[in-house]
Amino acid sequence: MVKVTIDGIEIEVEEGTTILNAARQVGGDIVPPAMCYYSKLEGSGGKCRTCLVEVAAGSERDPRPMPKLMVSCSTQVQHGMVVKNLTSDRVKEARAGVTEFLLANHPLDCPVCDQAGECHLQDLGFENGKEGTRFEEDKRTFAPRDIGDKIKLHMNRCILCYRCVYTANQLTNKRVHGVLNRGDHAEISTYIEKALDNEFIGNVIDVCPVGALTDKTFRFKSRVWFLKPMNAHRDCPTCQGIATVWMFGNEIQRVTGRKDAYGEIETHNGKTAWLCNTCRFESKDVAQWTIEGPRVINRHSVISQGHYVLKNPLEDKNTVKNLK
Amino acid sequence: MKIEITEQKRPVLSEEAKAEIQRVIGHYPEGRQKSAILRVMHIVEEEAGGWLSPDTMDMVAEILSIEPIEVYEVATFYTMFNLQPVGKYVFEVCRTGPCMLVGSDNIITYLENKLNIKVGETTTDGMFTLKTAECLGACGYGPMLQCGEEYHEYLTPEKVDELIEACRRGEIKGNKVV
Amino acid sequence: MGRKLLLEHADVPGIETFDVYRKHGGYRSVEKALKTMSPEEVVEEVKTATLKGRGGAGFPAGMKWSFIAKPEGVPRYLLCNADESEPGTFKDRYLMQYIPHLLIEGMIVSSYALGANQAYIYIRGEYMFVLRIVEKAIAEAYEKGFLGKNILGSGFDLDLSIAPGGGAYICGEETALIESLEGKRGNPRMKPPFPAVQGLWQCPTVVNNVETLATVVPIINMTAAEYTKIGTEQSKGTKLISAGGNVERGGVYEIELGLSVEEFIYGDEWCRGIKNGKKMKALVPGGSSVPILPAHLITTTANGDTRLMSYESLSDGGFASGSMLGSGGFIVFDEDQCIVRNTWNFARFYAHESCGQCSPCREGTGWMEKVLHRIETGRGNMRDIDLLADINKKIEGNTICPLGDAAAWPVAAAIRHFREEFEWHVTNPEEAVKRNYGMLKGVTA
Repeated sequence: MVKVTIDGIEIEVEEGTTILNAARQVGGDIVPPAMCYYSKLEGSGGKCRTCLVEVAAGSERDPRPMPKLMVSCSTQVQHGMVVKNLTSDRVKEARAGVTEFLLANHPLDCPVCDQAGECHLQDLGFENGKEGTRFEEDKRTFAPRDIGDKIKLHMNRCILCYRCVYTANQLTNKRVHGVLNRGDHAEISTYIEKALDNEFIGNVIDVCPVGALTDKTFRFKSRVWFLKPMNAHRDCPTCQGIATVWMFGNEIQRVTGRKDAYGEIETHNGKTAWLCNTCRFESKDVAQWTIEGPRVINRHSVISQGHYVLKNPLEDKNTVKNLK
Repeated sequence: MKIEITEQKRPVLSEEAKAEIQRVIGHYPEGRQKSAILRVMHIVEEEAGGWLSPDTMDMVAEILSIEPIEVYEVATFYTMFNLQPVGKYVFEVCRTGPCMLVGSDNIITYLENKLNIKVGETTTDGMFTLKTAECLGACGYGPMLQCGEEYHEYLTPEKVDELIEACRRGEIKGNKVV
Repeated sequence: MGRKLLLEHADVPGIETFDVYRKHGGYRSVEKALKTMSPEEVVEEVKTATLKGRGGAGFPAGMKWSFIAKPEGVPRYLLCNADESEPGTFKDRYLMQYIPHLLIEGMIVSSYALGANQAYIYIRGEYMFVLRIVEKAIAEAYEKGFLGKNILGSGFDLDLSIAPGGGAYICGEETALIESLEGKRGNPRMKPPFPAVQGLWQCPTVVNNVETLATVVPIINMTAAEYTKIGTEQSKGTKLISAGGNVERGGVYEIELGLSVEEFIYGDEWCRGIKNGKKMKALVPGGSSVPILPAHLITTTANGDTRLMSYESLSDGGFASGSMLGSGGFIVFDEDQCIVRNTWNFARFYAHESCGQCSPCREGTGWMEKVLHRIETGRGNMRDIDLLADINKKIEGNTICPLGDAAAWPVAAAIRHFREEFEWHVTNPEEAVKRNYGMLKGVTA
């Protein structure tokens, strides 16, 4: 075990843990935002640069500060490391910069975006963005495209986190989409018209931090904050069948994987509960599911606005802290 | 990305090209044949008349036993590969700093006027495509352009005229006609 | 007359062939190293020579070599970075085109030092004609027993081949080069792990520039003790300098480090002054990514010392009044050149060459290019100049690889030294457009 201090909070973590994951063990506000890192996808991280932190002391053995800001998702903690996240003005400035970069070419079409309300870029902008924009140039644009009959690609919204590429690589045996071109023309594409049709490809929607990849079976059906998320499961021969179903009255409007506080699919029975396409796209009948009960949503989330779900406060660290 | 798909039959590889592909794949350890992709694409592009259609790229994928998307990803990253048909002669004029200081913009304008096309276009007779390129490593000898594998340096309008004439006379190696 | 260690025989007819090269003392260092030195001794010699990496970063080559991991049973690789793409730099092409065997010789000795039995040269795709020259030389070296199994009976095996890129500046970054050599997009990797631990196919790998590897040859031949007698205190030996832009005689020159910049630019042996009798306005001394210097800081430093062609003298004064030797790509501007236009040109280059993987570089380089283009074409505002400086700050140091810094520095330096020219473009938009000498309307076919 190694000891690391993050924003003044000392914690012991296993050797080899990254700064980000150490911070997640503490939880709360000191966790740096991560737009591209996804703990369940090998190789992810390092690209968006939102999780940059200042390392004020490298380790007990070598307490010199690291000159550059470090990506917390990929930098391993050392014994005696001192990390500054919210307590560092440099970090705040750099993060505001990254936020501005990510929004520079973003269409800001939240009013018509299905991801609105559960979008990590919205959250990032809310927490780290500045009023107004200094970007006066023409934004780069791409036409929206169907990649398969169930998935919509809005490349304009994409922040090139590569998560969907890793998902296809790691969950399916044949990847048909990837990142094409380069620089600020880089895009997610299949190059020629091709459908993403693997049984697990729907997970690209769940891992997408923004509204670039959305569920066509839910398109414009409702705003997420009008829906009640319920934990549900079903017997599925393909996947674990552990999901969140999003209900309007007694109707299931969409099905997603069960995501934790960082938007990552939860682990159940020792495995990440990736959802298969049948569960996600073709199981919209309540009778197909065993509804377990309301999904606990952080009460500060916009999703909790339309309905008030009673929850067990002991289950939610944030709530406990907020009650104090 | 929206691409206009132009029909192109897969090239029939010459025996030399096949042997060359085998030779370059042999430079890498067993199972690392993907490493040869750029060289193989250069070879196949030459065989296919100077550009790579999706179908031709699928052929590269088959040669290397990889997924087609892996070829598309690579082909769209590296700027040397033409993914649309090009003329028999492709002029790539260096436009970066050192060449600009010695007048590359004038050469580009001159070529545009002379060939009556804009950068990125091909003449209607299919003879010439005009492109710009970033620094080609001839900064002391600019302005310059690359045509095929050859560098043409210290360009002046007169030298450009000569080059065009030499192409028309068939004295410069151009893309294969397939 | 400076000493030449690399290009001494470059003008000899037929030097690109094995026999002529051998006749002029070629491959002696291979014999010396393989027959009389241990690999450790070779590493030590290069370390003692304090050979700095000639690709641009100037990292000590011997130290880089000593970092290579040596796990049992795992192959090690030596990669030669011949992806020379830094605007203003064309020395590696010259070396490979005219004396390809020098590079091969350096790679044999270096591979021996590293215990690598497989080496690759990664050459930029546009240099295909150079690739063919080097490939021919490699075949000759195999034929003569300097490559392949049991070289010169030493028991040391080495396979060497050359691979082309496909048009991507970023592949000159060592981890992007490795990715490219694995047949992928040239997206730089995050470090750590460093290539010395996990490089090509996750095996320990050293990546060195062409000139660096070639310089190993004279170091072994003449010994580090002799080699370090050449140069200045912190810059030993010779360096290939590429000279381009508005000089009378552009080209590749080998200089003894420590030559004065003034002599290099105006001396008869070198560039012979500015073209058309004009005055020098500015200079970029190390390839497009290093800071531009105005005339008054080129031949003398801010302290009034003579500016020398050395790592320490060119960086004297830091970024405030100095620059960097970088790759040794000298780009000279005459008095009529427009700094704004050139800054935009460089910004366009970096935006074009950004891999697009990390957000500050992807979005920042594109943004800077657009703002600079507006200013250059008479559509700029005063606030744009500060905006550029701020975008710069947000890119610098926050990206995966150094391309972000490389894109930020030239813009920052141009504003630092030539701010009034940017302001002039904003206040005189019509004049600014007219001054776009590059787009002469009078030119017709």
